[in-house]
Amino acid sequence: MSDDDNPNTIRSAIWREEAEADNPFAARAAYCRGYDVYGEMLGRARWAEMLYLLFMPEPPTPAQTELLESLALALANPGPRDPSVHAAMCGGVCGSTAASSLMAALAVGAGQFTGAREVFTAASGWASCGTELAAWREWLANTGELPGGIWPAPEHPPGFDPHGTGTATPVKQTLACLAGYGAGPRLPWLQQYLPEMEAAAGRPLALSGVAAAALADLGFNPEQSEMLYLLLRLPGAAAHALEQRPLGYKKFPFGAVELVTDTEEHSA
Amino acid sequence: MNGADLLNEHVGVLKSRMGTFYPGSHVVYRGQNLHEDLKDMDWLALYLFGITGRRFDQAQLRLLSAIWSYTSYPDVRLWNNRVAALAGSTRSTGTLGMAAALAVSEASIYGGPPMLRAVEFFTRCRRQLEQGASLDACIREELTKNRNIGGYGRPLVNSDERIQPLLELAAELGLDNGPYLKLALEVEDKLLHGRWRMKMNYAALVAALGSDLGLDERELYLFVFPVFLAGMPPGYIEAGSRPEGTLYPMPCDYILYDGPSRRTWPGSQADHRL
Repeated sequence: MSDDDNPNTIRSAIWREEAEADNPFAARAAYCRGYDVYGEMLGRARWAEMLYLLFMPEPPTPAQTELLESLALALANPGPRDPSVHAAMCGGVCGSTAASSLMAALAVGAGQFTGAREVFTAASGWASCGTELAAWREWLANTGELPGGIWPAPEHPPGFDPHGTGTATPVKQTLACLAGYGAGPRLPWLQQYLPEMEAAAGRPLALSGVAAAALADLGFNPEQSEMLYLLLRLPGAAAHALEQRPLGYKKFPFGAVELVTDTEEHSA
Repeated sequence: MNGADLLNEHVGVLKSRMGTFYPGSHVVYRGQNLHEDLKDMDWLALYLFGITGRRFDQAQLRLLSAIWSYTSYPDVRLWNNRVAALAGSTRSTGTLGMAAALAVSEASIYGGPPMLRAVEFFTRCRRQLEQGASLDACIREELTKNRNIGGYGRPLVNSDERIQPLLELAAELGLDNGPYLKLALEVEDKLLHGRWRMKMNYAALVAALGSDLGLDERELYLFVFPVFLAGMPPGYIEAGSRPEGTLYPMPCDYILYDGPSRRTWPGSQADHRL
């Protein structure tokens, strides 16, 4: 039976393995896009290069590697106030499984507010509008009308902070740093036209917006950008979940519920 | 057979006693035709049939259903529910929110793990009692080994408002006479009147009632998996109806930092801030 006729094969342009002579289930060598991962890349390639190569057919240029690595650093920890990290800590404080903390971070960090779906939508904006300010103005004015499906409809221009009062300093620092690598046209353009873009959005730029531009400059499509944004924000969630574990639920915010009855709501 | 031969034996073939579906024709579920033999089974009965391969009578199903219902609290402060509500607040999908919240429900202080510890304790305790040990000795051994007893004591408060209603229902259904429940109540009596002052919590009661219904440890574990689920959608919905990002917002100074003081990263310029 040829490989094409075998219904149990997995098709991949990313990964190939050669088996050990004495065991068809143990790999003697593994190749990522043709490169020997353990024989040549290991010890020579950087994590950011491997990450890029998994998603793209060719290795990154030095500027792309630097950009991806700095983006990964900027996204590594949204901090304990972020909803996705808060969710991971909810697992940590009660001794839930490690995987469940990351699942919580992924689920809560997947949405239209500060999440990966917001990056997907913003990345779609870059795919549609490129570096055309007029196109962005039109796009930003209509983002609330994007089809919802399983996702709640966007309630603010994706990539911008609905509760922000000005561009946060880390957002400006990240944009300046990432634009400096010259890996693509979008980040420098966003930095140049930031006041116009923020005026069009009616909101200050958020880190998710910088990430969407960076991922587009790296050549990732919106689906890849969404996936990478989910992945790159997990380290902080993991660290904070573990940090909370020995502290426990007694030292974690619990909050107070003020029960609103129908009578109160009607009289309000 | 082991190693590569064992793996080779299973390449491309999925051997199952549990079932399969024949597209456009029928579905076999544990040897039964899903749309004929099992078509009148309600969902809980099917779920339990899937776990155990056994059928439960109406009284048993009523009790098992109540075990789920009585602990479905629509309070987003509870850590698992909070995950679902945070997903609503960040405009994620309901499925992601509920699924992650259920995964988080497998916690060391609530959910399946304390219940499993209670089952293990009751099982070990019954064996030791049969061999002539005293209940006091069983409890002391457990406390010495684990510093607590699974299913006794409770996070936040000691008493458990779920116990009385579930005990009353079990009595009403005639399902309160099993040996595990008797043991669970005796343990509580010892703990309450000893120096420990711990009450039985829901995990112990579920462990006892479930064991008395013939569910073994693994069956009980899978049965309780969705036990908190009905409490989760309300929080997701309500957070979704409020402005985005307004569930548990925290100002920066709410982080009580106790790590090292500000220091300079090697190689950084002294003033690189914008």
